[in-house]
Amino acid sequence: MEHTALSLIELGAVFFVLGVLARFAGRIGLSPIPLYLLGGLAFGQGGLIPLGDISAFTDLASEIGVVLLLLTLGLEYSAAELFTGLRRSWMSGVLDIVLNAAPGVAVALLLGWGPIGAFVLGGVTYISSSGIIAKVLGDLGRLGNRETPVVLSILVFEDLVMALYLPILTTILGGISFLGGLEAVGISLGVITVVMVVALKYGRYVSAIVDSQDREVFLLKVFGAALLVAGVASAMQVSAAVGAFLLGIAISGSTAVNATRLLEPLRDLFAAVFFVVFGLNTDPRAIPPVLLWAVVLAVASTATKLGTGWWAARRAGIGRLGQARTGAALVARGEFSIIIAGFAVSAGAVEGELAALAATYVLLMAVLGPIAARVVEPVARALQRGPGFPRAAPAES
Amino acid sequence: MYGVNVEVTPLPGIGVRKDFVLDSGRRVGVVTHRDGKIELIVSKSDDPDACLASLPLTSEEAGALANLLGAPQLVAQLTEEHRELPGINTRQLPIKGGSPYDGRTLGDTAMRTRTGASVVAVMRAGQVHPSPGPGFTFTEGDLLVAVGTSEGLESAAKILQHG
Repeated sequence: MEHTALSLIELGAVFFVLGVLARFAGRIGLSPIPLYLLGGLAFGQGGLIPLGDISAFTDLASEIGVVLLLLTLGLEYSAAELFTGLRRSWMSGVLDIVLNAAPGVAVALLLGWGPIGAFVLGGVTYISSSGIIAKVLGDLGRLGNRETPVVLSILVFEDLVMALYLPILTTILGGISFLGGLEAVGISLGVITVVMVVALKYGRYVSAIVDSQDREVFLLKVFGAALLVAGVASAMQVSAAVGAFLLGIAISGSTAVNATRLLEPLRDLFAAVFFVVFGLNTDPRAIPPVLLWAVVLAVASTATKLGTGWWAARRAGIGRLGQARTGAALVARGEFSIIIAGFAVSAGAVEGELAALAATYVLLMAVLGPIAARVVEPVARALQRGPGFPRAAPAES
Repeated sequence: MYGVNVEVTPLPGIGVRKDFVLDSGRRVGVVTHRDGKIELIVSKSDDPDACLASLPLTSEEAGALANLLGAPQLVAQLTEEHRELPGINTRQLPIKGGSPYDGRTLGDTAMRTRTGASVVAVMRAGQVHPSPGPGFTFTEGDLLVAVGTSEGLESAAKILQHG
């Protein structure tokens, strides 16, 4: 068969299967991310169905997927929201880092993956999935709850931390010397500050550049601007993804809402490719040896997120049930953990086992997170009624 | 809005929550999404942090609900002001679906000439449009507040419904 024809057939089959998987995930109320990963594992090397050479397309498409994931994330926030979030939740945010990076760091060191592996795996266990969590909160009708702003401001903080973490990660993975690394971090800090100030003061001009009444013009301009900024950021060692995130923040108001609406289908398409490619590049035969560690990480990092949520909600004056709900809402990990692991693996700076561990871990957590958010309330109520737990006064706070 | 302290809480990435605490201790309010979707929220009685219900409303539904809640207050206020004048009443008159004046103006109804009743305000989507001019165009769901004699108001209601 002709090469193009074969590629088209393979790509078509991949997308079609992903569509079926996503539909199935929607039916049972799951995030499609774990199923995309499983799909990638099944197709890839050592998997059930080895694929031919479509990697020229999928590699670039998965890069675009990361750019779009971060761009739409940035579009969700305005610079002002980020500043308020940062001021209000920095203490919970710092506790979140310390508690939740710890399991990843510890396991990486135990497995002998060295400081780079520890930095990577710490990031993987730290970062909650804002995509999964926002959807779960909406599905469970918790947007009006008092603890929801606490959950959201922790997510905002985490996303901001990513804007610093990813450039540092890129530098470390690039194997640049300590001084060179410091320089890169300095540059990225400078760029981030400048962009935030520009976004806060002159966001409407940035919006005006990409805005258009015509859908087609608007789509092409936003998409083009995102790739341009991502490319330039990447050339400056700031990481393409962070460039896109900052562009998203700078675009604000109704332009941001419209851009999100236009870009969402594109993002879903390319992000699906990204998750599949990560699965493709992970050898499923590497999973059984790390399965136990993934379970250990899952248990430990569920406990640490519960602790983080409990503390943050308590500080905000939320009642006991609300404290439990806050922690459980934060448990889900997803797209970011895969992005971090994906960077590390593609740079070749870490063991292939790390990819397998990260994939297994996210498979567990993306499924466990929404379940935890759902069952926490009945469980907490049962515990409250049990002996030793005096029932909270209804009119507390 | 005397004595009601509406709390405005930004929900980063989602929208804004605006709510207040009732005398009974429950919270009532709305979550407005960034794309304009509105949810009505009511807190649980045993857990004031959580929501018993969060109902998505279309903008028409939200407007209708706001009219239901707001119009009686306006009518009560006007009735109070006209208490000194016997024979003068205040009433709410809805523009229902199928009304011949849906999409037509106040002038078209010739309300004052035909019934002697005056439309002093129109409630639309919870907002009061005071003293509408003859060019004011009605749409389905509007709630007119009219002042006049009982007979005048009665025939005004019929005109709005049947023409």
